[in-house]
Order: sequence, then structure tokens, then C-alpha cells
Amino acid sequence: MKDSYIFRYIIILVIIVSVLLSGAALLLQPYQQDNINNEKKMMILKAAGVQDVNSEYFDNYCEKMIVIDPQGNITDETMSDYTRCKAFKINLKDELYNKANGKEFQLPIFIIDNGNEKVNVVPLQGAGLWGPIWGYLGLSSDFRTVIGAVFDHKSETPGLGAEITTEKFQKQFSGKVIFQNGQFVSINVQKGGIAVLPEDVQRHSVDAISGGTITSHGVNDMIKNVLESYLPYINK
Amino acid sequence: MSKNSELITKPLRQANPITVLILGICSSLAVTAKLKPAIVMALSVTVVTALSNLVISLMRKGIPSKIRIIVQLIVVATLVILVDQFLKAFVYDVSKSLSVFVGLIITNCIVMGRLEAFAMAQKPWPSFLDGIGNGLGYGMILVIVAFFRELFGSGTLFGFRVIPEGLYNFGYMNNGLMILPPMALIIIGIIIWCQKPAEEKK
Repeated sequence: MKDSYIFRYIIILVIIVSVLLSGAALLLQPYQQDNINNEKKMMILKAAGVQDVNSEYFDNYCEKMIVIDPQGNITDETMSDYTRCKAFKINLKDELYNKANGKEFQLPIFIIDNGNEKVNVVPLQGAGLWGPIWGYLGLSSDFRTVIGAVFDHKSETPGLGAEITTEKFQKQFSGKVIFQNGQFVSINVQKGGIAVLPEDVQRHSVDAISGGTITSHGVNDMIKNVLESYLPYINK
Repeated sequence: MSKNSELITKPLRQANPITVLILGICSSLAVTAKLKPAIVMALSVTVVTALSNLVISLMRKGIPSKIRIIVQLIVVATLVILVDQFLKAFVYDVSKSLSVFVGLIITNCIVMGRLEAFAMAQKPWPSFLDGIGNGLGYGMILVIVAFFRELFGSGTLFGFRVIPEGLYNFGYMNNGLMILPPMALIIIGIIIWCQKPAEEKK
């Protein structure tokens, strides 16, 4: 078999395959983006304490979305077409990376009306044991009390670190306060349980996951790190 | 029994890719903690082996033997990416729980093994059936392993609670080891142990 035949064969094969793959990627892209957006909406609604979460009704619950700069000024505000607005599209990972490098960054806040109150939902992004962890934290309108929290992860250990996605772990965050005597204290994910802690510390602590210590630390640091970036806005 | 139907039935038992040929073990450890991802993985592998067998068999006369492995890899990789894209578009939650393992079907020894051993030398239709048979043989073991792991590891099947709450009040507990990969290896070992004497009797 001649070498020229081999070259011709492989070139034609690769061209056919690349046309096929790019075609499929183009056709399926809108469906895939929908799935990603729906998941994000579900998590935001859940963090805001909405009952019977359904991403289809997202627009009914969402009051507005805002974008803030590092000094806490509002730079963008939308009240319609949420999926396409700037706040919804911000990738927190990139913004935190900019922040770590001393560059300008922007942060989104999703304001959701859950029927009882207006909840400020902020995204979270951090590192677990094996890979990234992320989530959403719903805060009361004065940013003092946690309404709800949801977490997800890329590759934490099933049964151990991956337990952060369970209702049992997430439920603990509701009602916790992130300020004490006017000082920001974040939420403390306490190894060994919070039952032994003094009353005033318990108000901003939750039980860590046994066997998932590093992931628990990750959640602790993630909440602290992200909320600190929001402090200029919260304190205004 | 006709020759073609044997192509499907043989890989289920005497030539099962996992328990007899010991291929594709790694993914069977990783995706069998729950039944649903295991079934989707089984179907994905079946689709990929069947179609890649078919395509390679159709191309077998033209493939230059010097680069046949590369050609096989291109075909397999294309099909796997297509499957992955479809899962992401239509069963997003399952594709998330399978994560990287769909992409890793490319490296699944069963697929390449069947291409080299069967499809390169056989007509398209038998090759297609051989792919289906091997995919099902692989999938069958996946589902059996996932059944036991989900039942004893989480007390559920397809996410529905099967073991009654009352039993937990008597001190019954889910076995945490079941959720971790080593237990999948042990279950596969038990399946092989049960299967071997049965085969030898025949």
C-alpha cells in the first residue's frame, strides 16, 4: 500500500469526522445551554427558600438581578430577560481569579421574592478535596440571616465529602447569622459538631461532615471568602 | 442455534467481557454506585461498540493496515463524543453523574478489543450484532453490581426507598463500603466465583 493512499485516506476521514462533530455540537448546543441555565435557576430558587422549585417559573420569583463592583456600587441592574442579562452570565470563578490577582472584578446578586420576603442570593465558588465545589447562599434582605444554602461539587468522595449536596447538611444553614455585634463572622463549619459550643457561637456555626473534613473546610473557606467580597456592598 | 444469535448470547455468559475476559473493569467500578447511571452507561457502551463495529466493518477493506489502530480510535472517539453530547443535551442529570466516564468509553478495552478481534475481519451485520452482544454482556454485569450496591449502600433502587424505614429503627444501617469502588470489585469477584463452576459443568 502506497504512503500517498494512507495520507489521502486519513485526511478525508478526519475531514468527514470534523464536519460531523461540529455539526452535532452546533445543533445540540442550545439544548445543553438550557440544561445548564435551568440547573442554575433551580439552585438559586432553592437557596432563596422557594417551595416546590421549578425552573420554569423562575421569572415569577425573580425580582431583579444586580451586578456590583469591588467598592460595592451597583453597576448593572435588570428586571427582565434574566437568562440573557449580565448578572446571570457572570462566571464567579473568573471574577474570584481576577480578585486574587488584584484586578477589577464584578459580582452578581439575584434578588428573589419567595412569597414571604425578598432574599438576596449570592453564588459561591471554592475548592473541595478533589475538585471545585460551588453553591448558592440565600441571605435575608438585610444580609444578616441565612435563608437557605445549596451546594454542589465536581468530584468529592461519595458518602463522605459529597454529602454536602444532601438536604441534611444544607438545612443546617437556614437561620444562621453571619454578623455578630456588627462584626462579620461568616459561617463556621465546625468539625466535631456544634453542640459543645457556647450559644452565641452556635448561632453562626453548623456541623461539619464526619469523614469529609477537607470538603467541610472547603465549604467554610468558600463562604467566608466569597461573602468578604460582598462586604462593601452589604455595609452600605 | 443460528450463528448470528450466538453472537449476541455468547458474550452474555461464556465470553462475557467483564467476568470472563476481565475487560472494562475500571468503569464498572466507577459508575455502579446507583442503578440509573449504570443503565445509561451500559446503553452508551452498547451503542458505541455496536456502531463502531459496524462502521469499521464497512470500512475494513479500505483501511490501510499501517494506521488501522488510529482509524479505529478516530471512529470510536467520534461516536463517544456524539453520545456525550446527546446525554448532555437530553439527560443532563445522568450525564453529570457519569461525568468523565462517558469520555473514557474511548479507552474501554472492550470497544477496541472487538474492533481488532472481530470487526476488522467480519461482515457488517455480524459485526453489529457482536457489538450489541458485548455491550449487553458488559451492561448486564454493570446492572447486577449497581443493583446490590444501591440496595445495600443507600437502601434505594432507582432513587426510591426499598428498605422500609422500620428496619432502620431496629438498628439496620446502610453499608457505607458499598458506595465505595472496592466493594464493586468484590461483587464482580463474587459474580465470577458463581459463574465459573456453572460454566465448567457444561
